[in-house]
Amino acid sequence: MTRGRIRARLRLSHLYTFACTRPEATEEGPHSIEGPGYSRIVHCNQPLMHKKKPFKYRSNYISTTKYNFFTFLPKALYEQFHRVANLYFLAAAIVSVTPLSPFSAVSMIAPLVFVVGLSMAKEALEDWRRFMQDVKVNSRKVKFHKGEGVFDYKSWKKLQVGDVVKVEKDQFFPADLLLLSSSYEDGICYVETMNLDGETNLKVKRALEVTLPLDEDASFKNFTGKIKCEDPNPSLYTFIGNFEYDHEVYALDPSQILLRDSKLRNIAFVYGVVIFTGHDSKVMQNATKSPSKRSRIERKMDYIIYVLFSLLLVISLVSSIGFAVKTKFDMPDWWYLQPQNTDDYYDPRKPVLSGVTHLITALMLYGYLIPISLYVSIEVVKVLQATFINQDIQMYDEETGNPAQARTSNLNEELGQVDTILSDKTGTLTCNQMDFLKCSIAGTAYGMSSSEVELAAAQQMASDLEDQDVERSTDFRQKGKQQEIELETVVISKDEMVHKSPIKGFSFEDSRVMGGNWLNEPNADVIMLFFRILAICHTAVPELNEETGSYTYESESPDEAAFLVAAREFGFEFCKRTQSSVFVRERYSASGQTIDREFKLLNMLEFTSKRKRMTVIVRDEDGQILVLCKGADSIIFDRLSKNGRLYEEDTTRHLNEYGEAGLRTLALAYKRLGESEYSAWNNEFQEAKTTIGADRDLMLENIAEMMEKDLILVGATAVEDKLQKGVPQCIDKLAQAGLKIWVLTGDKVETAINIGYACSLLRQGMKQVCITEISSDAKEVVKENILLQITNASQMIKLERDPHAAFALIIDGKTLAYALEDDVKQQFLVLAVQCASVICCRVSPKQKALVTRLVKEGTGKTTLAIGDGANDVGMIKEADIGVGISGVEGMQAVMASDFSIAQFRFLERLLVVHGHWCYKRIAQMVCYFFYKNIAFGLTLFYFEAFAGFSGQSIYDDWYMLLFNVLLTSLPVISLGVFEQDVSSEVCLQFPAVYQQGPKNLFFDWYKILGWMGNGLYSSLIIFFLNIIIFYDQAFREEGQTASMPALGTTMFTCIIWALNCQIAFTMSHFTWIQHLFIWGSIATWYLFLFVYGRLSPSISGNAFQILVEALAPAPIYWLATLLVTIACNLPYLAHISYQRCFHPLDHHIIQEIKYYKKDVEDQRMWTRERSRARERTMIGFSARVDAKIRQLKGKLQRKQPSSEIHSPARSS
Amino acid sequence: MGVIFIPVGLVTLRASHCVIIHSMVVEIVDRYDIDCVPEPSRMDKVSYIQDDSIPKNCSRFMKVHKYMKAPIYIYYQLDNYYQNHRRYVKSRSDKQLLDGQKYHDTSSCQPVESNNNRPIVPCGLIAWSLFNDTFKFIREGAELIVNRKNIAWKSDRGHKFGKNIYPFNFQNGTLIGGGKLNPEIPLSDQEDLIVWMRTSALPSFRKLYGRIEEDLDVDDVVVVNLMNNYNTYSFGGKKKLVLSTSSWLGGKNDFLGHACVFVGCSSLSLAIIFMLLHVKYRRPYGDMSYLPWNRKSFSG
Repeated sequence: MTRGRIRARLRLSHLYTFACTRPEATEEGPHSIEGPGYSRIVHCNQPLMHKKKPFKYRSNYISTTKYNFFTFLPKALYEQFHRVANLYFLAAAIVSVTPLSPFSAVSMIAPLVFVVGLSMAKEALEDWRRFMQDVKVNSRKVKFHKGEGVFDYKSWKKLQVGDVVKVEKDQFFPADLLLLSSSYEDGICYVETMNLDGETNLKVKRALEVTLPLDEDASFKNFTGKIKCEDPNPSLYTFIGNFEYDHEVYALDPSQILLRDSKLRNIAFVYGVVIFTGHDSKVMQNATKSPSKRSRIERKMDYIIYVLFSLLLVISLVSSIGFAVKTKFDMPDWWYLQPQNTDDYYDPRKPVLSGVTHLITALMLYGYLIPISLYVSIEVVKVLQATFINQDIQMYDEETGNPAQARTSNLNEELGQVDTILSDKTGTLTCNQMDFLKCSIAGTAYGMSSSEVELAAAQQMASDLEDQDVERSTDFRQKGKQQEIELETVVISKDEMVHKSPIKGFSFEDSRVMGGNWLNEPNADVIMLFFRILAICHTAVPELNEETGSYTYESESPDEAAFLVAAREFGFEFCKRTQSSVFVRERYSASGQTIDREFKLLNMLEFTSKRKRMTVIVRDEDGQILVLCKGADSIIFDRLSKNGRLYEEDTTRHLNEYGEAGLRTLALAYKRLGESEYSAWNNEFQEAKTTIGADRDLMLENIAEMMEKDLILVGATAVEDKLQKGVPQCIDKLAQAGLKIWVLTGDKVETAINIGYACSLLRQGMKQVCITEISSDAKEVVKENILLQITNASQMIKLERDPHAAFALIIDGKTLAYALEDDVKQQFLVLAVQCASVICCRVSPKQKALVTRLVKEGTGKTTLAIGDGANDVGMIKEADIGVGISGVEGMQAVMASDFSIAQFRFLERLLVVHGHWCYKRIAQMVCYFFYKNIAFGLTLFYFEAFAGFSGQSIYDDWYMLLFNVLLTSLPVISLGVFEQDVSSEVCLQFPAVYQQGPKNLFFDWYKILGWMGNGLYSSLIIFFLNIIIFYDQAFREEGQTASMPALGTTMFTCIIWALNCQIAFTMSHFTWIQHLFIWGSIATWYLFLFVYGRLSPSISGNAFQILVEALAPAPIYWLATLLVTIACNLPYLAHISYQRCFHPLDHHIIQEIKYYKKDVEDQRMWTRERSRARERTMIGFSARVDAKIRQLKGKLQRKQPSSEIHSPARSS
Repeated sequence: MGVIFIPVGLVTLRASHCVIIHSMVVEIVDRYDIDCVPEPSRMDKVSYIQDDSIPKNCSRFMKVHKYMKAPIYIYYQLDNYYQNHRRYVKSRSDKQLLDGQKYHDTSSCQPVESNNNRPIVPCGLIAWSLFNDTFKFIREGAELIVNRKNIAWKSDRGHKFGKNIYPFNFQNGTLIGGGKLNPEIPLSDQEDLIVWMRTSALPSFRKLYGRIEEDLDVDDVVVVNLMNNYNTYSFGGKKKLVLSTSSWLGGKNDFLGHACVFVGCSSLSLAIIFMLLHVKYRRPYGDMSYLPWNRKSFSG
């Protein structure tokens, strides 16, 4: 605990100027808490009081499961029969036990039980997973006060209201706590609320003054207190309560409350009292049930089912009317039916009653039109598809060991139809880790390493130029070559760097300044100043790693840590901070001699988002007072003195370069200050600091402003907000796939734009449309102004002539609040859709969800939201597909998501490969399903016309039962699981193929109706060909005529052949599994027929020995099968031949290329096509490279007259 | 792609060839339901047929127009007779047919289940409405021998109709349906019944009556003495007598041949059309200009 004690001497609250000013507790006095809504009373450290009513509150056990052991059956059954189709089949099953049914009861009930049982098993499995997750959370351990000042571990679920707990560094808070004290003397602690609101910066919480002495285990021996506070509610940012301690009452506010699921950072430990437990805690109150999402195809499927239902109703009505008419007029003459002795079902005297009862029979008989097995097959297929996704080794992250996971299998095919991706930034695109990469000191740029963006772009450009090399004129080739060489060096230098042991936060590479060599540089003094600013101007705290003897730094923002690491590597090691001083250990040469210097900290004007700069005023060992300032370049440049602008031009150029390379930049400046000048200012400052009132902040700001002027520019830093692995490439591919990518981030506009550059969502030459809010009090005015900006921008885009022009829309949260209002949002959406990329900054979690909803509902296209933090939960739930990043941060996003992946880059494979496949699979599968059921179901109807509409089926019950279950289900499932039009590599090489999904080429009404028409045609062919062939003639040499079972069996054989051949033609990818299933199904049918015929006639009835004795020896049976099968499939074959010849789809061509091995023979053509495929994209680094090449070409053409060829300036 | 049509077409054409060449079936059809009712009764055929006192003898002449090689199959054909009606199809008890009175649960036989509280064997509408016209064939004064054995499926005789089950209490009710059964003969040998109980799929059907195992020459005249017992007059159904030879494909089946020719021809012509189109508008395989990014009309 040595570290803790060193720290304890620090009172950080004194360091800050703007934040953290402690309001006097006595000033406000206790809240008056009475009446409803404020009934909660917590007896601190007396958990026994909470064992019984009225103080017995909910336990800390949380459950996110949908069902429990007892409610599972009724609830899950209810869910199942919520589906219209299932309800229909339930009704059918009930009716099937009455004589109304045309089938035996078991043939109706068995499939229903199977279908419902399977779905319920799936539900149970998913709920079980949730339960296991809960168990994991519930059994986390935390230290609690056992009594007598002794702390012991217990699991979270056993925690009770009133318990005193001790939470240690980097642990999550187990419940909502009242902060009593921390390892810092002044009771401050840092909390990361990533899981609550997604903000990555640390929040400061502070304990009440009175509880500060409770900073040891032993001090809790006799501690008691009483908290009266509000009832559980979901508001994260409010808390009202009173704390009664030592006969005094103190007011509590949100800054003393530590919320469950936030994390303690930078502090060794805190003590707290549990206030809200389990589902009472604010974060759980915030949890909303995830809406059940259904995919677009599934929703459309409902419509198709309605269509089929209407068809079913129509033919049932026709049947029942036909039956009633026949019964009334014809049946009295049919003496062989004994019409005088009938029951109600066939009574000619009551034709209406007979008709009505027959309607029910008919509805059941033609029930085969509605494929009961469709749902269950789809469920099975989706589960298998999900298994593929889960098992995909290429989406497995080796670092974290997390595979991709399809958490719900309902949305697999939706992945293939995504139009817009809404992405979170931190943790999703970036790792939230800063790397010091480059700097510009005194007008000279240092740092050889390149950012990932540059690297990715360079590789792209190199391959492109290589390609162009062959085609272009010699001039151009030389140019290309030169550029290539240059690029190669970049690539190589990066490669070397990888071999070195990387230092976290530091990727700088330049021998001129490393290892003390900077002393030999021309501007050594400026360089030294630069490093000092890095080492001094910050708010971080050093921490000695006792094992290695080096320091690590804990800071509010990761940038600062990166600066400090950089300074340390340059030889300026920040090693100690006291109340009034900063100690820096300076090392001037490689020899290792060090000098400890102390800088007296006079004032600190820390960073706020409004000021965008930070200044410290220090006195160095020589007594010189220095003002050291770092901040956003625009801010700093405005505050430079006349003679401080020496390096401005060069630095600006470098800053632009850095910006282009996707780096975060800050400018550094300083000035020297005279003693008198300082003391005059300081007096004013102190005075302002002690004033009390509303304008205090304003005064402080003004005074700070006075100090931060006439600065001298030193240089600039470039920090890479480290993108996650593969993000630029992934975005590039997604852009090629025609997806729109919106970034919704809680970050500042500048950061967001930087990241935009880093991810190639923005590039130089792209027209940025910034919608900003004007500062005005009147809401109306602001709104009107925003509307005006939006219309102007839309106008501008409309008037744009350049086909390569791309626009980017940047909007911040406050403006967005207006833009999302009902009357503006439509215009906003129109504008946003026209832009190639959209970046929304400083948006709240709720706004993220709102934007998602706007896109989803406004454009009607499929949206995908991806994020990693709890702040993305709203968006993830709102979007059509939610993807959670299962990174290091909490599990909220993952829990709310439909798919979870370990890194953003896996999104490419998830969408372009799996999404594309799943979409096609499901679409084709559903189409085929309708085809097959129509083809089958309608033959039943035709037969009715020949059977007096009596409800007799021509097929044996068992045939019908097995039709959907065994005989046609496996091929269609194999289609749904294994079908792939093009291989995964091709999918990734030609992401444009993905567009087939969003354009919905495979499940539009044209396609569906085509398949239905095909089904109708097949049913007609199957029925009538068979009827005519077997009409009244003997079908065997022995003279026997075809009885009903013989005809039915032949017809059924034709159906099995025709349907299975059809699916064989539909598939384009065969493995032995498909062959096995398709031909196996046909074989199964014959096998079944054989076995069924072998059974005793009391079971097989009319089908007894039918194959062996009657059909198989009759050549006409085989001939009819052949003829009907061919006739059924002929139109489909003609159709696909025609389509392939004259309107080939993308994947057809690619299949051909692959088939003829063109890609192997003609590599150049292959790459050219790949590069051409990229041309249309507006974003991604390919687009960026293309834009750059265009730019270069343009330049070249202008230069052409002069024979000299310059080496291209990469800085252009 | 067009290539696939060629084998398909050839196979079907080959099949059709076989069908047409080999199905040289001779068939004589004679409708007798009207002509066998005496002129005076034609106004009210139903009461004629229901009147047991009137003899139902009738003679028909059938002229053989083409040489018929034995065996010649004799069929009776009924039209507009719904043997496939659900009420009718269900009204039987397979268990009773096999086990006789030992099997009691004959509820499926409604409404012909029992009479005078005694069960009926065989029960059900199908058996009750057994066809009972009989035919005798005479050529040149000599009776042609009609083989009425083995007209039913062997499996039916062997496994579905009991060997020791005799008709019982059959056609004793107030309502008399069709033919009666000789109570001395076990069900497994009542081949007329067995054939009849194989219900037909369509309302117009033929059922095998027997075989003539002698050849018939051209211009032979066959005199048919028949008993016109069965009532089809109530519902206006036709009755026909059919004599037919058979081939390896069974009876006369012109349609099958035509269908095969049609399908074969259409697939061959499709093959030719696609070949021609392919030659004329040749699209090189893997032509990149069809890819979306190369298409001019591509938008978005």
